[in-house]
Amino acid sequence: MTRFSWFNATALTLGFAFLYLPMIILVVYSFNASQLVTVWAGFSTRWYGEVLRNEEFLNAAWVTLKVAVISSSIATVLGTMAAYVLVRAGRFSGRTLFSGMIYAPLVMPEVITGLSLLLLFIGIGLDRGVLTIVLAHTTFSMCYVSVVVSSRLISFDQSLEEAALDLGCSPFEAFRLVTLPIIAPAVISGWLLAFTLSLDDLVIASFTTGPSATTLPIKIFSAVRLGVSPEINALSTIMIAIVTVGVITASLVTKQAAVRQARDEQLAERPL
Amino acid sequence: MAQTVFAPWDDPNEKPLIQFKNVTKRFGEFIAIDDLTQDIYSKEFFALLGPSGCGKTTMMRILAGFETPTEGQILISGQDMSHVPPNKRAVNMMFQSYALFPHLSVWDNIAFGLKREGKDKDTIAARVEEMLRLTRLDRFAKRKPHQISGGQRQRVALARSLAKAPKLLLLDEPLGALDKKLRQDTQFELMDIQEKTGTTFVIVTHDQEEAMTVASRVAVMDEGKIVQVATPDEIYEAPNSIYVADFIGDVNLIEGRAEARMSPATPRDQIEPTTTPDPEGAPPPPAKPDAPQPNAYGEWLQNTLLFPFLGKRAPNPKELPAPSETKPTPALQSPVKTGGIALHWADGHPPIVVANGDPQLAGAAVTLALRPEKLNIAKNKPDTPNALPGTVIDIGYLGNLSTYHVQLDNGPMVKVQVTNVRRIARRDITWEDAVWVSFSETSGVVLKG
Ligand SMILES: Nc1ncnc2c1ncn2[C@@H]1O[C@H](COP(=O)(O)OP(=O)(O)OP(=O)(O)O)[C@@H](O)[C@H]1O
Ligand SMILES: [Mg+2]
Repeated sequence: MTRFSWFNATALTLGFAFLYLPMIILVVYSFNASQLVTVWAGFSTRWYGEVLRNEEFLNAAWVTLKVAVISSSIATVLGTMAAYVLVRAGRFSGRTLFSGMIYAPLVMPEVITGLSLLLLFIGIGLDRGVLTIVLAHTTFSMCYVSVVVSSRLISFDQSLEEAALDLGCSPFEAFRLVTLPIIAPAVISGWLLAFTLSLDDLVIASFTTGPSATTLPIKIFSAVRLGVSPEINALSTIMIAIVTVGVITASLVTKQAAVRQARDEQLAERPL
Repeated sequence: MAQTVFAPWDDPNEKPLIQFKNVTKRFGEFIAIDDLTQDIYSKEFFALLGPSGCGKTTMMRILAGFETPTEGQILISGQDMSHVPPNKRAVNMMFQSYALFPHLSVWDNIAFGLKREGKDKDTIAARVEEMLRLTRLDRFAKRKPHQISGGQRQRVALARSLAKAPKLLLLDEPLGALDKKLRQDTQFELMDIQEKTGTTFVIVTHDQEEAMTVASRVAVMDEGKIVQVATPDEIYEAPNSIYVADFIGDVNLIEGRAEARMSPATPRDQIEPTTTPDPEGAPPPPAKPDAPQPNAYGEWLQNTLLFPFLGKRAPNPKELPAPSETKPTPALQSPVKTGGIALHWADGHPPIVVANGDPQLAGAAVTLALRPEKLNIAKNKPDTPNALPGTVIDIGYLGNLSTYHVQLDNGPMVKVQVTNVRRIARRDITWEDAVWVSFSETSGVVLKG
């Protein structure tokens, strides 16, 4: 252990303050009794009540949740399939290109993704609404799922699948009965990641949405343009809580389960 | 010889179960299996032996369907396997890495293949219980693979592959992690299963003793090729190359130059009138006018010591029968067998007499392979044709056996294995002693090169 030093402590405090102070302020003011955002007038949970009675907010929340659940589920299926193929297919011509293309959307500016999707939807004449947001979110979160799942598949011992085939499984059964249960933690954390990404996406959603479907981030963004209200603070706090829980669960599931599974597997395949 | 010997490979009417036909497997540039042609017969216990990386596992994987041969063909029961996927082959494989399913209990691992067959619950349960009993895993049925020991895991893998009772079982080092006692028991279980069910086994092992115990035939591999296939005793007693002799068991190799010994002129005589032609015997060398003279030492031996039994040596020596399995009595051992070759192995030493050597090798550089247990060690020069002087360098004590490492004068180091009849303290040969290493004229095998 390094000894306590004032320099380290200061750096740490400043760093974390920089990261979390804005959010802390937001959370604190969401419990403000006053109508005015910047004037503290005592503790109250009043604005949470207001949020829960606000029809528009509830509608937006419902749309957001629907989009997040559907898109992350589709993204998980597609992303897992893509990861499986890329890790397992061995060498085929253009493999590097394919895996590069899977990862490209991760670094692509969201504005460009959003814009190109918008152009596509207009081009094929798809009415913008929940469906288009779902499609758009599926597209970009699928890459994240495939990254998470493929990193797990790389360390997956292929002889387990061979053993399943040897014992009479068809390739699909081998995947369902052996591979999937073992990589399940990675798949679940991929889903959670996709879910939270969809939950807080503003840019892509605002490109691909129509008047019929407003997600929560869009709602908040447009509300804030008319002035920050304590209600928005409360809503944002709720979202922070949801995302935090999601991310922590995802990382816990990945870490613990994957570590345990990897150890099981190692022990199971190796003679002592 | 028994009449009911199991030897389908000698029967031209027998159809092989597995046929490798000029199979080559390349991984990129690397040749893992090199133009391999081999038949394996139904009900065989076929053991693959060879150094690490010689292609044993690859051969198994080709049979199981996980690798496709780059060239050549595999037939099982006469059917071409090229387009048959692993799950459609009546073959089960036990993986070298075990490949146990980590998310399933021991019980479910063993039941896995049976469930895929769609058997009913009771049948599956009965079969799994049977396998658990056989591999002595009853107590661990509910545990996950990471909760049991290495040897137990190996047994689960074995039980899982046995459970489906396939027609062909491929076992890749099935018993390596077991202790000696359990290994021997399991070997007998396997042989028992084999006998009861008629399953054909192909087994990879690094344990030669195991191969010798269980196998009907042993194949010794080297760099993707099978160097020799033979029954265990044949491969031990008559290796076809230095490589095989060196790989199977311990061996002393003495290099030298061969010289044909004189040719027998008269037919077999009264010494052993009943003998039938011996399979191991040396082929009678062609009569050559300039054939070398009889070994002077042997002649002296016969004329001075043994004439009461055998009479004086005839001017035209008679061919003696080749060695039989049983050790000859001392009286019969002494007359040096004629024929074969003399091996000039070191300057200033009389040549080694090898009666079962092929005289065709005359003039060639050859190596004499001698098993350590076929050598004797003594302080005084014994009355045998082959006695080589040397010095004891080291003594290895193995409990029931002792191995003497003897540096031959002007020659190589040899190992002599002696059964410890006496207590170790009373051993009369010790380090730095000058000793004689002796062996009969038929106990070695002459190999080219
Ligand atoms: N998938 C592969 N790609 C490239 N080379 C391979 C592959 N599989 C096996 N090899 C090579 O082929 C050779 C034979 O491998 P194999 O596994 O058959 O050896 P083995 O005889 O079973 O050895 P061991 O006794 O150590 O198990 C080795 O040199 C190995 O490196
Ligand atoms: Mg191997």
